[in-house]
Amino acid sequence: MANPKKNKKVTGGESTEPAVTPPGPGSDTSFVKKPKLGPGQPRKRDIPEGLWTKCPKCGTMIYDKELDDNLKVCPKCAHHFPIGARERINALVETCSFEEMDAEMVSVDVLKFTGVAAYTDKLQEYTQTTGLKDALVTGIGRIGSHRLALGVMDFNFLGGSMGSVVGEKLTRLIEAATDKGLPLVIISSSGGARMYEGLFSLMQMAKTSAALAYHARNRLPYISVLTHPTTAGVMASYASLGDLILAEPGAMIGFAGPRVIKDTTQAELPPGFQTAEFLQAHGLIDDIVPRDELKGRLDYFIGFLMHGQHRLAASA
Amino acid sequence: MRHYLDFEKPIVELQRKLDELSQHSQVHSMALNLDEEIASIEQKLAETRREIFANLTPWQRVQLARHPKRPYTLDYLQTAFTDFHEIHGDRLYADDRAMVGGFARLEGEPVMVIGTQKGRDTKENILRNFGSAHPEGYRKALRLMRLADKFHLPLITLIDTAGAYPGVGAEERHIAEAIAVNLREMMLFSVPIIAVVLGEGGSGGALGIGVADRVLILENAYYSVISPEGCAAILWKDRSAAPQAAAALRITAKDLAELKLVDDVVSEPLGGAHNDLPTMAETLKVYLLRHLQEVQAFSPTDRLHRRYERFRHIGHFTEKPASPPVEPA
Repeated sequence: MANPKKNKKVTGGESTEPAVTPPGPGSDTSFVKKPKLGPGQPRKRDIPEGLWTKCPKCGTMIYDKELDDNLKVCPKCAHHFPIGARERINALVETCSFEEMDAEMVSVDVLKFTGVAAYTDKLQEYTQTTGLKDALVTGIGRIGSHRLALGVMDFNFLGGSMGSVVGEKLTRLIEAATDKGLPLVIISSSGGARMYEGLFSLMQMAKTSAALAYHARNRLPYISVLTHPTTAGVMASYASLGDLILAEPGAMIGFAGPRVIKDTTQAELPPGFQTAEFLQAHGLIDDIVPRDELKGRLDYFIGFLMHGQHRLAASA
Repeated sequence: MRHYLDFEKPIVELQRKLDELSQHSQVHSMALNLDEEIASIEQKLAETRREIFANLTPWQRVQLARHPKRPYTLDYLQTAFTDFHEIHGDRLYADDRAMVGGFARLEGEPVMVIGTQKGRDTKENILRNFGSAHPEGYRKALRLMRLADKFHLPLITLIDTAGAYPGVGAEERHIAEAIAVNLREMMLFSVPIIAVVLGEGGSGGALGIGVADRVLILENAYYSVISPEGCAAILWKDRSAAPQAAAALRITAKDLAELKLVDDVVSEPLGGAHNDLPTMAETLKVYLLRHLQEVQAFSPTDRLHRRYERFRHIGHFTEKPASPPVEPA
């Protein structure tokens, strides 16, 4: 049989999983250290249930309430644990200022995706375990004196993958920001486009970027915040398109997964490869912002970026 | 030397029989008249070919899309177009040979053509990086698109890539950002844009030059969010499940047309594009001219609006609140 890819091993290509490789739900734990011990994991006998979490970076045992109060950041070494979309929104916006949009939107199995796992089962499973309807929460809220359109992704829902719902909710959010003349902040955390919706997922990259084109044309600011991890199709669309690109410390950020790159190139990866710090050194990230400083920093940046808009409005 | 795919075996067998017979009848022309038998085998061959190619599985089409003899971007630039001259470089870092572009004429009309380019042999494949572009490829494409827009040349993009390159340098120079910027910028160019998936439509690497007024796909090409092997490795934990993944992902031209994700399917000659490049090129030209003419008829404002709407409406979801569980009577 003719194998068109026979020679590819040398410089790679056959093993190319470009763009969009959301991790399977089973591989979540290898990607992200879960903040809480799951029901399936063994617990240390001398520690009461669900009260303490071990920091994967420094090994400190942290009292769960302390971890929650500290926005899921290790008080000892400042390791940033993943934080759910709703917790993050609560921590960012002024009390009671957030009006959620499209809260009832849910995914459908448009391809009737069959195979090892049925998409509908996965959706049901993640809806139950996360209490979310999909991997993104959007709405209009206020930070300091600034009203803004805010979208926050949640990696816990199917690896934060982008299917039609994420694409549609984001696009509506961006369009609302354009219509209302609001600044936009999107906080990403995603393995990329969602395989279960095939090319529909890939096209959400074009759809969201298109909406951003018009938001930008109206000289409205967009700040993209990259959190652990932001990769593949999400990184290759809206996450990379901010007027400013911020990142959380230590976040893994990239296009292809490190394993794919290693397999393809047969090369050793440089130290710190694909971390926020590495990407800042290579010129992509404007500012690395610890979680507890994000609110203040967004307030600061939006102040500068919206200054012209406010002056225009005042003189109109 | 011709390349045959596994599923073409019955065709190869019949062809060999046919060759043997015609050779035999030449050598022993006195002894037997084999004309009748030859005619019957020829007919069988045609029927077999038609039947096989009418019933290709998604995975077989993937193999055709990756066929080593499949015509690539530059082959079409030499056949469907005239007066092509390549221009080079992204003015930032390098000239990525996996992405080619330049001026050309389509039925005399000047256009800008940009496309990913695979290599025909090992040496060329190393030069072309097997058709997988680096960030500089996408930035070169953007430069040429801006050129086309500035000087009012319609833009045609030809897509045939397994995907953008996953390498250290590609990450260091922000390949994701290069693709993302193209997605955004292509939405605002006022010139008509037609994209054609010629062979492999590999994910973000394909979409990076694939935002257009019309997206066409060749009959045996595929366009997918992830390679079938990649999907198989993640969901089936086994790369050899690629045929099942290819079917589940619905990546063939026919599937994508049914799902309204592509605007038109360009028919290929029987046996695939590589079997008859002149016919294939002529067909492609006809499709390109037709779609270009339709898109050119719109005003720039209208065209941009339609381009936005084309992508805006892609997606399936429901917004009905979940109905309360019904108590069994």
